[in-house]
Amino acid sequence: MLDKKLRSMIDKVADGRMDRRAFIQRMAAVGLTAPLANQILALGGVAMAEGVSTYKPTKRGGGGALKLLWWQGPTLLNPHFATGTKDQDGSRLFYEPLACWDPDGNMKLVLAAEIPSIQNGGLAADGKSVTWKLKPGVKWHDGKPFTADDVVFNWEYAKDPATSALTIATYRDITVEKVDDLTVRILFTKPTPFWADPFVGAPNAIIPKHLFADYKGAKSREAPNNLSPVGTGPYKFVEFKPGDLVRGELNPNYHMPNRPYFDTLEMKGGGDAVSAARAVIQTGEYDFGYNIQVEDDILLRLEKGGKGKAIYAVGGDTEFIALNSTDPNTEVDGERSSIKTKHPLFSDPAVRKALSMLVDRESVKKAIYGRAGRTTANFLNGPEKFVSKNTSWEFSIEKASKLLDDAGWKPGADGIREKDGKKLKLLYQTSINGPRQKTQAIVKQACQKAGIDVELKSVVASVFFSSDVGNPDTYPKFYADMEMFQIPMTQPDPAQHMRRYISANVATKENKWQGQNYPRYVNKEYDAVIEAAEGEMDPLKRVALYIKANDILIGDTVFIPVQHRLKVEAAANNLVCIISGWANETDNLFDWYREA
Amino acid sequence: MSQYVLRRLLIAIPSLLGISLVLFVVLAMAPGDPFAELATNPNVPPEVAAALRAKFGLDDPIHLRYLHWLSAMAHGDWGFSFVSRMDVDQLILQRLPATLYVIGSAQILALLIAIPVGVYAATKPYSLFDQIANTLAFVGFSLPTFFTGILFILIFSVTLDWLPLVYTTDVKGTGIRWVLEMIRQAIMPVAVLGLFQAASMTRFVRSAMLDVIRLDYVTTARAKGLGQAKVIVKHVMRNAMIPVVTLIALQMPAVFGGAIVTEQIFRIPGIGSLLISSILANDTPVVMAVTFVFACLVVLFNLIADVLYGWLDPRISLR
Repeated sequence: MLDKKLRSMIDKVADGRMDRRAFIQRMAAVGLTAPLANQILALGGVAMAEGVSTYKPTKRGGGGALKLLWWQGPTLLNPHFATGTKDQDGSRLFYEPLACWDPDGNMKLVLAAEIPSIQNGGLAADGKSVTWKLKPGVKWHDGKPFTADDVVFNWEYAKDPATSALTIATYRDITVEKVDDLTVRILFTKPTPFWADPFVGAPNAIIPKHLFADYKGAKSREAPNNLSPVGTGPYKFVEFKPGDLVRGELNPNYHMPNRPYFDTLEMKGGGDAVSAARAVIQTGEYDFGYNIQVEDDILLRLEKGGKGKAIYAVGGDTEFIALNSTDPNTEVDGERSSIKTKHPLFSDPAVRKALSMLVDRESVKKAIYGRAGRTTANFLNGPEKFVSKNTSWEFSIEKASKLLDDAGWKPGADGIREKDGKKLKLLYQTSINGPRQKTQAIVKQACQKAGIDVELKSVVASVFFSSDVGNPDTYPKFYADMEMFQIPMTQPDPAQHMRRYISANVATKENKWQGQNYPRYVNKEYDAVIEAAEGEMDPLKRVALYIKANDILIGDTVFIPVQHRLKVEAAANNLVCIISGWANETDNLFDWYREA
Repeated sequence: MSQYVLRRLLIAIPSLLGISLVLFVVLAMAPGDPFAELATNPNVPPEVAAALRAKFGLDDPIHLRYLHWLSAMAHGDWGFSFVSRMDVDQLILQRLPATLYVIGSAQILALLIAIPVGVYAATKPYSLFDQIANTLAFVGFSLPTFFTGILFILIFSVTLDWLPLVYTTDVKGTGIRWVLEMIRQAIMPVAVLGLFQAASMTRFVRSAMLDVIRLDYVTTARAKGLGQAKVIVKHVMRNAMIPVVTLIALQMPAVFGGAIVTEQIFRIPGIGSLLISSILANDTPVVMAVTFVFACLVVLFNLIADVLYGWLDPRISLR
């Protein structure tokens, strides 16, 4: 099933003629993410690299208190109901998955005893099943043993629509069976190159069967343990006040040696990102602050105090401008931006290309994102080295103007270009958020110089990102010519991310704008590429297909990538915290410690 | 008297019903929904979001939802938070102590400053003391709390490192250490809020005193040979306090409601910050419960103010 060339490369790794790093870099050259490259190695017969732990303390406890500042505090502590990463982060303090991701995208074992591979019989060669061995002797905080029954129960719990678990998409199309007390097998309906989704990572942490079995289905919200978790993690639950405080204490029976380091744990919520940065970096009252979306200038100034620093983790989040393929100003059957219309200006590829040249990504990086952003020409961005090499971008008002001139868009009396009576006037919307408004201003200024009139609009985030059918200002309705935001890439795999833009997913009045293809992009070639990619078990070919999908999106200027955004956190200088761009902040918490 | 209170309470029922109806309709028609964050999460299929909406009854017509809410409220069920998946009354009770402590102390501080300063300034109008008090009062209520709050943080937390920047709910330690720590962390928020309130209240007390101090009966009292202190406290203050009591009574609901801006700046887990985070998360049951409690408190404290008038000035009879 594997391509010959890849096969020989994998063999070289297997008998030591090529080292793993070189292999991953070769994969990177074709745009493969590190976690996926590792999984390919596993499929090819080389065990997935286990993340190397840099944990140094030689005894459990003694580290005092760890104080975390989450400026949006968790509001519930059941991973299956987590509405945002804040809830997953809070749940992950106590609950654990089978494995998690380290900063390089390698898998780190948590509740599993070994990483499934072809050699150890964990992976089926056809990619249709994976068998996990569980660590023996693991106990829940209340002393009950952790077994395969718990794992199977989580699948039953989440896949039941009546439970309304938000993890349902991960579990509804798979089958999980118990092989013996410490072995579970996951069966997929089709070959699955990315098999490490169910039970892996903070969103898929495992809850105990003995406490939740009575609360499966419609009674799920009555479970007392939704707010007082009993997990297997390094810290035991003490207290929870939604939105304000989570407290935990050292678990003396934790299953990893010498861990955890800290005696108590506190996660405080509330406030805003700037003052959180101040409390960690400037006054040192807290050890760690998450998601510090603060302008780089401010962070640099705070860092002069010397008590803490900003740290960065590379993931795949892209801030982009989407261009509307349909006409937002014409109503068809009571629906604006209807798929039955064509955008009067953007149907000319020259206009789209010109706009792409008018987004000054370098200035956006310099003036706004600083260390937290990287310029990019791609919609799909893996870690730094892992991007499509076929694309490029440039910022040039002259070239954009020439392109428009050549396409017949001539400046009118008021300086705004027009053609066939249609003026180049655009409405550009985004959510209210400091960096976004500044980006809007930078783009508008360049457009003005090129004779394009841009009207800016900003919508409160809670409205812009809502699925409210009655509101005209949501991003899926897209009653504007262009809109800017980012869609977080929650998995080190592009499948879900890229599937959104197939023709069948166009957001329409008929599907209550729940179709995820909000730019209303329709392209048979793209559909075919995605379909081929999803059915492709050959990892290299699959990668090539997703790169092609990215290149099609960029070639048609469906999206103008503005910035590849990095995760920004604030940490005390002496705190050794392991943060991965592919995982939640608390996913590697068991390896955190303080340096003397 | 008891008849009067009973009648007032009965009148309050239709007005509270009216308030709840208006609140409910406004919230139901407000944009946004509690499952907004799900929309951008590629892991969550749209059917799940739709199923959740149905489960929490968000797709029912407004009048049904209102009747539902009303009957639950009558049974003491305050609703169920969409976001935290727990009962709203529990959420509010968790937040109440911090709010009562911080905002209550701020109100007391304000009164302790405003009444003596206002009274003394009124007895010596246009003296140097009066001028200084007035100037400071103007400065005080011209500076918004978000400005003074950040200024205090910069001075006392960042530069001097005397006071903590973040308010913690469960302070470590017991006994006297616990008390001291609780006081230490409340100094900044209480000072910010208290001084702001005191500024406007001082002006109010002063003008109420000035209105009374010139009346003939005060002159009579002085002519009888009563001492200055007795005249001011027994004769002037008691009458001047009537408008001040109204002002304070109307501010009492705010003590329970918290101070949204101040709570946000100092991360005080009070009702104000619960309200603002619930509004941002579109957690309507919580917003509804908190605003409705405010409404009840306003009605209640108005009644208390009216009863207090009768005690302060027996000439006012309550019928």
